[in-house]
Amino acid sequence: MKKKNLFTTKDMTQGLIDSVKKLNPVDQLRNPVMFIVYLGAIVTSFIVVWGILTKNYSSFNFQIALWLWGTVIFANFAEAIAEGKGKAQAASLKNTKKEAMAYLWDGKNKNQVPASYLKRGDIVVCVAGDIIPADGEVVEGIASVDESAITGESAPVIRESGGDRSAVTAGTKVISDRIIIKVTAAEGESYIDKLISMVEGASRQPTPNEIALSILLVALTVVFILGVGSLKGFMSYSESQSQGGESLATIPVLISLLVCLIPTTIGGLLSAIGISGMERLLQKNVIAKSGKAVEAAGDIDVLLLDKTGTITIGNRMATEFIAAAFSNEEDVARVAFLSSMKDETPEGRSIIKLADAHYKLSEIHIKDQEMSFIPFSAETRMSGVDITENNGVRNLRKGAPDAIIKWVTSQGGEIHPAIKNKIDAIAKSGGTPLLVSENNKLIGVIHLKDIVKAGIKERFNQLRQMGIKTVMITGDNPMTAAAIAAEAGVDDFLAEATPESKLSKIKEEQKMGRMVAMVGDGTNDAPALAQADVGVAMNTGTQAAREAGNMVDLDSNPTKLIEVVETGKQLLMTRGALTTFSIANDVAKYFAILPALFTTLYLTNGVSPLKSLDIMKLHSPHSAILSAVIFNALIIVFLIPLALKGVSYRPMSAKEILQRNLLIYGLGGLTIPFIGIKLIDLFISFAGLV
Amino acid sequence: MQLQEVFYLVFFFVVLFSLAYPLGIFLGRVFEGDVPKRVSFLKPIESLIYKISGINPSEKQSAWDYFLSLFIFNLLGFLVVILILMFQDLLPLNPQNITGMEFPLAFNTAISFMTNTNWQAYSGEVHLSYLSQMSALTVQNFLSAATGLTLIAVIVRGVNQKLETTLGNFWVDMTRMTLYILLPLSLVLTFVLISQGVIQNFSNYLELSTIEGVKQVLPMGPAASQIAIKQLGTNGGGFFGVNSAYPFENPTPLTNFLQCLAILLIPVAQVFAFGRMIKKEKQAVAILVSMSVLFFTLLIVSLYSEYNFLPEFARGIVPMEGKDLRIGTNASILWSVVTTAASNGSVNAMHSSLSPLSGLAALFSMMTGEVVFGGVGAGFYGMFLYVLLTVFIAGLMVGRSPEYLGKKIEAREIKLAIIGILLPSACILIGAGLGVVSHWGISSMSHQGPHGLSEILYAFTSTSGNNGSAFAGFNANTPVLNILLGLCMFIGRFAVIYPVIMIAGSLSAKKSIPMTAGTFPTDSYLFSILLIGVVLIVGALTFFPVLTLGPIAEHLAMLKGMTF
Repeated sequence: MKKKNLFTTKDMTQGLIDSVKKLNPVDQLRNPVMFIVYLGAIVTSFIVVWGILTKNYSSFNFQIALWLWGTVIFANFAEAIAEGKGKAQAASLKNTKKEAMAYLWDGKNKNQVPASYLKRGDIVVCVAGDIIPADGEVVEGIASVDESAITGESAPVIRESGGDRSAVTAGTKVISDRIIIKVTAAEGESYIDKLISMVEGASRQPTPNEIALSILLVALTVVFILGVGSLKGFMSYSESQSQGGESLATIPVLISLLVCLIPTTIGGLLSAIGISGMERLLQKNVIAKSGKAVEAAGDIDVLLLDKTGTITIGNRMATEFIAAAFSNEEDVARVAFLSSMKDETPEGRSIIKLADAHYKLSEIHIKDQEMSFIPFSAETRMSGVDITENNGVRNLRKGAPDAIIKWVTSQGGEIHPAIKNKIDAIAKSGGTPLLVSENNKLIGVIHLKDIVKAGIKERFNQLRQMGIKTVMITGDNPMTAAAIAAEAGVDDFLAEATPESKLSKIKEEQKMGRMVAMVGDGTNDAPALAQADVGVAMNTGTQAAREAGNMVDLDSNPTKLIEVVETGKQLLMTRGALTTFSIANDVAKYFAILPALFTTLYLTNGVSPLKSLDIMKLHSPHSAILSAVIFNALIIVFLIPLALKGVSYRPMSAKEILQRNLLIYGLGGLTIPFIGIKLIDLFISFAGLV
Repeated sequence: MQLQEVFYLVFFFVVLFSLAYPLGIFLGRVFEGDVPKRVSFLKPIESLIYKISGINPSEKQSAWDYFLSLFIFNLLGFLVVILILMFQDLLPLNPQNITGMEFPLAFNTAISFMTNTNWQAYSGEVHLSYLSQMSALTVQNFLSAATGLTLIAVIVRGVNQKLETTLGNFWVDMTRMTLYILLPLSLVLTFVLISQGVIQNFSNYLELSTIEGVKQVLPMGPAASQIAIKQLGTNGGGFFGVNSAYPFENPTPLTNFLQCLAILLIPVAQVFAFGRMIKKEKQAVAILVSMSVLFFTLLIVSLYSEYNFLPEFARGIVPMEGKDLRIGTNASILWSVVTTAASNGSVNAMHSSLSPLSGLAALFSMMTGEVVFGGVGAGFYGMFLYVLLTVFIAGLMVGRSPEYLGKKIEAREIKLAIIGILLPSACILIGAGLGVVSHWGISSMSHQGPHGLSEILYAFTSTSGNNGSAFAGFNANTPVLNILLGLCMFIGRFAVIYPVIMIAGSLSAKKSIPMTAGTFPTDSYLFSILLIGVVLIVGALTFFPVLTLGPIAEHLAMLKGMTF
């Protein structure tokens, strides 16, 4: 999906077929603005046919009818294309599902059943080549899985038991190895089922903002029906005040005027915009459970972000070795290196990496039998190694400050006050100090630090400009949290966070009228996810979390929350921009059509005083009306890509965004139709169509 | 235009704003029940009124109850007026023995005064006894203006309150507006007008012989007291048929200046009051800027057109047709713009004789619902609907679902706002559209060609917009027109008041969202421009075709020397 072009030939063909299918009245009635065009097309067609029957054929009426049908079809096409992109995906997924068989696993034997028989809690086994039959959690094994059916990303991903990457999704394919899966969602409740029903429109309810906008569009349509209807009266008065002259206000002309004036541009694209909003999230591998959630994302005032993984890179890293008075940094690095050799924690590995980078310590060779490793225990809260050398045993230790201090003093060593100051300084700066000792000597300190992701500070700055407040959630103590918060540039933090404190933080912000978004994965996050206005559950998260949130991130990437917010904003902006554009277009359409319509009114000696209104100097009244109708139809086609991609979005303050969009879509909407209609008029008069 | 004339216009605005600001503060305090010292001696009267009418002033009403009280109160006023008018021949204070009014005219007049329109299908000195003038019309002048003002308080409560379902008490608001604001201001203005020669008596009409020996009847009556509130309350119904063009209503340049000022005084002050009560004065200023820009645009178009677009034979002379020599062109044009911008409708010149584009400016003001300062109460609450529309269309463009002053603008508000903007427009288009092709419309026209169309358009616009100014020439006193225009006035008033109260109720029940950098800024110059754009575009899109066939066609025909 990610790399696909906006349109492929196949999409287009399918879109065209669907747009003709959508011509049935039931589909048309759902969109009142386009329904008027639809009725207009039908009436005009009747007039054309009547004309043929009464030997009074008008090529002008025929062309009007043609373009009115075109307008309806183009709008259908926009919707069909928007739906088609997800539909194609859903359809291919449906296929895989149909064929999927599951192998129930009782610990020894596998037992083949259709995927649809699976219940929540069943255990199934999948080997290379199998389609995963249901959403679930890997309980045993590791495998590479092709998730391209949902994510569109062809590179396989690793799914393994325990840890962050245990969730698997129905319809994806195991490429290698063997995994045992516990089913978490029965047939009909999986993501894919939700996704399919969503893109197929079954559960795609119009969102609150879409409803409000539709009301506005219907009202505008009513205004113009009144306007054009009453115009018939005013014109017949003006004709009665005219010396001769034939009336141009025929039914097809009045219908054309009406269709040009009612907001067909936004009316025709409205549902495509909404669908493509969810579609864009899908491309980012986020499944929104409703369009309402996408819309709400645009209104977010507060982002609750987990520190780990979002603001900082996963784990703490060693950044510095600090020597005690009598030793040097290399000694500290060496001891730290040796005592961490069997430490598989990310912190331990970062110590190895740092020491190696500075002092090439991996070249040290000590025979295995000479080393006896002391693993970390919760009781001692330190780890290390005892190395037997010619002149005795060296006890190398690394651990939490109080544990090491206790160890050193118990061995008869002393703690220098200078080193204590260093330890405090590190803690104050938000880092974590680890002490290293050799025998009864404290030889130095390792500075472990949370590494703030590159560029995250700028990101938060942009968010601030957009009026969004960021709150960092962390289990750290307040002092550490404050330091990291300052470094990352978040606005606020919640230290020593518990699921309860997260929930109350959300409620507190909401009480002040703010809209809150958060990311979560654990079962204990579920209440907070449900409480938040936008709750993004990680795909790897527990079933409870996935159900509580209103979006699911298939990549389980917490940073994506920011993109979700941007997509929501883009969706609303696209609606606003196209509405403004559509309304602004009317000015030019008036100037194209009215002078054409009015040239035979109030005629005195064959001249109408209204002649001087004709500023566009179009070829003839008929070419003016036809050009406006053609422009009105074509603009829908031209704007389909914009409706699907959304207006370009950069994080800026509301004021700047407004200025920019007003300039592009407001001013553009005023001027573009003047140029477009004039060009079309030149073309059709040159081609002799009128 | 001379320099001194420009100075006159500038001076007018300086005085207007410097009086309106303190009055705005005063208004705000009265709205909030914090009665200023200057008028606090009236407090016992307020309590007495509640006591007599059995009102519990601390009881709060829901949006629906508030509307219902307002509506019933207005309907009762309507009934009283209609009865007084129809049976005035049986009632006292009728020295001229004026007969009771026919039903269609009484219906029309009663609606007209209930709705703050003051459309004059009647002529005061011919159709009304002194009692009718004083007890029916003058009283309604106060009550309809106070009714309008209560809506300012309602909107403020809608914006300020959080998660509350009540909007205050209509009876309390109504009493306070009348007692502390309208009565004192009118009293002051009445005395100033009397000092300038506006009459205030119960005499019989005078029969005099002119120098040429022709007999002339000079109507008399208690005019000053009615004229003060007619201007302050943006009512506009004249004591005499020709309204403020009549010397006994508007005798001197000073009264002309003061009356003009009085028309816009409360409409400007109420916006300041709004800003003060929501504690965001910049928000109010943004709205006032939009109003002022629109006002000056209309004024400049009118003045330019009046001086420059003249038929060929009249070029180079000061255009005085239909204007009073005492008043002159400038002050007449200023008045015409002021009276149509505000929903006043009193006139000191014949609008029919204005140059076509000046007529267009007047029409356009009324078509947009008189939101350029507008009527007492009505101007602001009408503009409030446009503000919501602006916020909704443009607000989306910043990527948030639209909000105004911390309140989300959703389907319900949009639906209601649209009703308020759409229905009066529908009355204009349908009424005038039918009128130009029907006998009842065409037979009342006094001109052919585009001017005839303008006449009927003006009548339906003035009534649907609750303005009440007349184009002159058009015979509105026919049974069909009396009823139709009466209905237009009714819809033009209550189809706006109802949505406004319901919107306020709906806003009040919402939580309030704090403003951030991501919020659509509604206190900036950009917002002012947008608001102007929306008012112009909504008005233009709805009415451009018919305006083209009326005033614009007339203008172009005039320049070409065509006649009809």
